[in-house]
Amino acid sequence: MTDARTPIIKVRGLVNAFGPQVVHDGLDLDVYPGEVLGVVGGSGTGKSVLLKSIIGLIRPRAGSIEVLGTDVANADEDIRRAVEKRWGVLFQDGALFSSLTVQQNVEAPMREHLDLPAPIRAALARLKVSLSGLPSLANDKLPSELSGGMRKRAGIARALALDPRIVFLDEPTAGLDPIGAAAFDQLIRQLQRSLGLTVFLVTHDLDTLHACCDRIAVLAEKKVLITGTMADMLTVDHPWVHDYFHGVRARAALVTNAPQAENQGA
Amino acid sequence: MTELRLDIDRSGETLRIAFAGPLLTAGLRAPAETLGRVSAAGARAAQFDLTDLTAIDTGGAWLIVTIMDRLRAEGAEPALTGASADQITLIETVAKAMPEPPAPPRPRTIADRLAGIGQGTIGAVQTVGDALGFFGLVLSRIVRTMRHPGRLRFTSLVHHCQEAGVAAVPIVALMGFMIGIVLAFQGAVQLRTFGAEVFVVDLIAVSVLRELGILLTAIIVAGRSGSAYTASIGSMKVREEIDAMRTLGLDPIEVLAMPRVLALLFMLPILGLIANFAGLAGGLLMSWIELGVSPGMFISRLHDNTDVNHLIVGMVKAPVFAVLIGVIGCWQGFRVGASSESVGRRTTSAVVMAIFSVIIADAVFSVFFAELGI
Repeated sequence: MTDARTPIIKVRGLVNAFGPQVVHDGLDLDVYPGEVLGVVGGSGTGKSVLLKSIIGLIRPRAGSIEVLGTDVANADEDIRRAVEKRWGVLFQDGALFSSLTVQQNVEAPMREHLDLPAPIRAALARLKVSLSGLPSLANDKLPSELSGGMRKRAGIARALALDPRIVFLDEPTAGLDPIGAAAFDQLIRQLQRSLGLTVFLVTHDLDTLHACCDRIAVLAEKKVLITGTMADMLTVDHPWVHDYFHGVRARAALVTNAPQAENQGA
Repeated sequence: MTELRLDIDRSGETLRIAFAGPLLTAGLRAPAETLGRVSAAGARAAQFDLTDLTAIDTGGAWLIVTIMDRLRAEGAEPALTGASADQITLIETVAKAMPEPPAPPRPRTIADRLAGIGQGTIGAVQTVGDALGFFGLVLSRIVRTMRHPGRLRFTSLVHHCQEAGVAAVPIVALMGFMIGIVLAFQGAVQLRTFGAEVFVVDLIAVSVLRELGILLTAIIVAGRSGSAYTASIGSMKVREEIDAMRTLGLDPIEVLAMPRVLALLFMLPILGLIANFAGLAGGLLMSWIELGVSPGMFISRLHDNTDVNHLIVGMVKAPVFAVLIGVIGCWQGFRVGASSESVGRRTTSAVVMAIFSVIIADAVFSVFFAELGI
């Protein structure tokens, strides 16, 4: 349905292998501008490896990865750096720099890439922190003084520091309590809408899939088995997909999210 | 990328600011300066015309919201015109999230400085007390283990003896050998002017056996093993392994600290002895090459003129140094906080404290033995 648009991330024929163990074999994936794509798959299907290959932390054995029209897998250093400035990444536990305060963490990429006077940089950093739903008290705290949920929010603030077009989220709600996770889902959705972000989301959390994602891509058998909406997923026959979306937890997530979805639609 | 153009004009009571081009974070410096100079100056309304704005991000929205807030405070009611729906959403989101400006830092008074000095002093006293407390804890565990030898973690002890002792032999021997060479060479230059070359043997023997052998060994071990103790115990602390031990009824002092301290206690004297021998060997070689003192003559002079007390004075210090290094290393490891950064900080201070206290202890020994006349 969205296939008429040009994808913002285009992965073709991706092959990743560690020694003899092949993780991806000819994987194709498109992500379209302004959508939230959720990537799911069993443990060891290479969800994080896919994310890391797209953002360039893992060099794929073969295949092309185009982000914002640039082939990042084969581009040289300068071009890669230019593209890197246009995406933000939230790692699983925030991966904040432990020796810097939250505000300094958010300022770090700005300091590196933007020519801005210090007061403006500080004000923008505080704005990003506040956009990610942290109180201004958090600005001067060190990451070790924050709770897991707050660290993730600070991680989002840092990912948003350079006003990226694309945000990569690696298991954004893992390790959060259900209320914190729901609030985080909402934050992702709200930021995505108001800032016009494209979100690439790796998750296990069915509630997040319901609450956030426009489309879902299922990784299995070393490639993207299927992409589609939540409703499409329920009709798929593949055993793993069927178990995943028809399990007890999936049904619970469906029931709790159904009324919400209707409200949003109305 | 094209530049942003700002048109600012005043007509009567209306201030009109028109944006043309992209207003993005990367190019925020110039417009922030220009708009920073704009004041309401009697205008009753401020119009922000975004009709020709081609692109905006949160940084640009922040600038618009900041200027709007300021003009409102100065009495000009701001309004947006010509903005697209997306732009309005973005600006509204930013306006809602605008953080309060941070409170300016309070100037430091004399009372603050005095309080700082006081806190530093209390902190230092507490640190010493804490270290002594930990030392006492380790001692009490050692005594308990002596009463119940079955509680001793023998495998762990042997492992740490291997790590801190056997593995350190090459570096300690090389260091001792080099020290012997340096002493012989320097001594030769000085003693030759008096024609007293043969006294180089006494010089080397006394300085290596009494002081340098064991002192430098202790310093190397502090850097090698003391830091390793802090780092390994510290990272266990970060990963909550030590809390896990406590809940399982294991005593972390007994399991982690005691084998390490005991291993150093056993191994440091041996390492010191190896350093002594290596130092004498280095001195012997250099005396032979540089001064023509034959090995036979070196050894017989060593035999006749060097009192065994020198060796004893040196070796007596070894266990004390070992306990200092081991206890400080483990203690700093247990003091590591929740962050991995504090592992690094504690490791550094463990090495500095261990070397410092080894040298202090050495000075105390020197005075003590001088008073005793040994």
